Amino acid sequence: MSPLVQNLAVLVLAGFVGFAVISKVPNTLHTPLMSGTNAIHGIVLLGGLIVLGLGVDGVFNKILLVIAIAFGTINVVGGFLVTDRMLSMFKGKKPTPAEEDEK
Amino acid sequence: MTDFVAILYIIAFALFIYGLMGLTGPRTAVRGNWIAAVGMGIAVLATLLTPGMGNWLLIILGVAIGVLVGVPSARKVKMTAMPQMVALFNGVGGGAVALIAWVEFNSTDGYAHEPVYIAIASLFAAIIGSISFWGSNVAFGKLQELISGRPITMGKLQQPVNALLLLVALACAVIIVAGGDNGILMVGLLVAAGILGLTVVLPIGGADMPVVISLLNAFTGLSAAAMGLALDNTALIVAGMIVGASGSILTNLMAKAMNRSIPAIVAGGFGGGPAVAAGGPKEARPVRATSAADTAIQMAYASKVVVVPGYGMAVAQAQHTVREMAKLLEKKGITVAYAIHPVAGRMPGHMNVLLAEADVPYEQLKEMDEINSEFAQTDVALVIGANDVTNPAAQTDPSSPIYGMPILKVNESRSVIVLKRGMASGFAGIDNDLFYDPKTSMLFGDAKSSVGEIVEELKAL
Repeated sequence: MSPLVQNLAVLVLAGFVGFAVISKVPNTLHTPLMSGTNAIHGIVLLGGLIVLGLGVDGVFNKILLVIAIAFGTINVVGGFLVTDRMLSMFKGKKPTPAEEDEK
Repeated sequence: MTDFVAILYIIAFALFIYGLMGLTGPRTAVRGNWIAAVGMGIAVLATLLTPGMGNWLLIILGVAIGVLVGVPSARKVKMTAMPQMVALFNGVGGGAVALIAWVEFNSTDGYAHEPVYIAIASLFAAIIGSISFWGSNVAFGKLQELISGRPITMGKLQQPVNALLLLVALACAVIIVAGGDNGILMVGLLVAAGILGLTVVLPIGGADMPVVISLLNAFTGLSAAAMGLALDNTALIVAGMIVGASGSILTNLMAKAMNRSIPAIVAGGFGGGPAVAAGGPKEARPVRATSAADTAIQMAYASKVVVVPGYGMAVAQAQHTVREMAKLLEKKGITVAYAIHPVAGRMPGHMNVLLAEADVPYEQLKEMDEINSEFAQTDVALVIGANDVTNPAAQTDPSSPIYGMPILKVNESRSVIVLKRGMASGFAGIDNDLFYDPKTSMLFGDAKSSVGEIVEELKAL
């Protein structure tokens, strides 16, 4: 089996996983979820690391890759932090069934 | 790739999937996010362990720049500016893909000795990445109000121009695959795709922006997956494709919540008809202005008050004052609830986040379907900086650009008080009949100071 076919199989299966994971999401969590998936596609950082790390010629190419790695890092680090900040807004109200009992 | 690296990748995938599943439930979301982040850390570590890695200084430089820019901007951004921040982070991800593809092209002499599929995947990634980068930047500009939130269109030329740009990008790609190795081809492809990103997002009205960002998010995921095919890297394929798939579902969910179809949004312009969108110099209809004191009295003698928050509350950071007001009303035995439209503010869940920050009890936040049946028994609906989501024209006027969008039926309550800075139209750029309803009175001013005045009046009562 050529690497292309193997990779295509992985691609298709990953697509189904993506569909399956997001079946029902409360409206409230749409934004954090978008932000979380946003952070995950920061995986492109790896692409930059591989291409630069395994060697590339030319100053121009290197500059482009350093920018790409910086972009990827911003995507990953910023994405996860922002998601966490959004979600932390919901914290603290979860352990409040006690309040309901008072009624 | 060694087996060790491959196994670390597999662990990372498991963490991504498990983390994402966590993100879909309120209880597990925070943990889910961190689980996914740990997965990302493992994936990065595994990549650095790939045999033959070098250029460490440059790698560290790139990562350091990214951390120095990313961390402070994520930490300092205000909750109200969160949506545009997501757009920006999404954009740089797409930009990274486009840049990597560019380098691939340069360093392989136009994919001269590579299999055709690698060239196709890499060029696909370049086109989508470039669209996503520039499109996200426009989305950022619109939400940050650097660019007008209103649709900017070229009228009838819009579709032909977009089609032409796509054709140019595709033509460049075809020539490259066929053996072209001139660097100008790749630059032409990136530029054409970039301009396409601009022209596709510019005509989209600000109210549709969350859906657009989600769509671009899915696009970036797809481009990452394509880049993974080109680089023969399973981590990129899996993570990119999961985001591509889950992102498109999420986009669909968001569009449904606004009763908009994705093709209609991308086709451009909220409603498209500039005559309607501009609001036009219609006949000046009378509105009834009121004062904070009157508002306080009206609410104090009500038995049920529903607060309808919108972007105005977010901008004014009025959520804490609103909470204080609600507490005072509750002390007088008045039932207070909050009506949350799925797309109130600039993002789904925007209002929930802000009100949760102000310690509003979760059970007082009512979703649209639940609260709509309660408006008929509501004495006072207090609309704080919300506009389009309360516009009855969405239900009654088929010619309205937002016709069919589910709204909060505020106009069914016995009286309506609208807190607003002025008579400007909402993000969709259309007039709101609610303001001219005889039941409605307007309290003009900044939401925070208006609510603050109401609080003072309530205390004095």
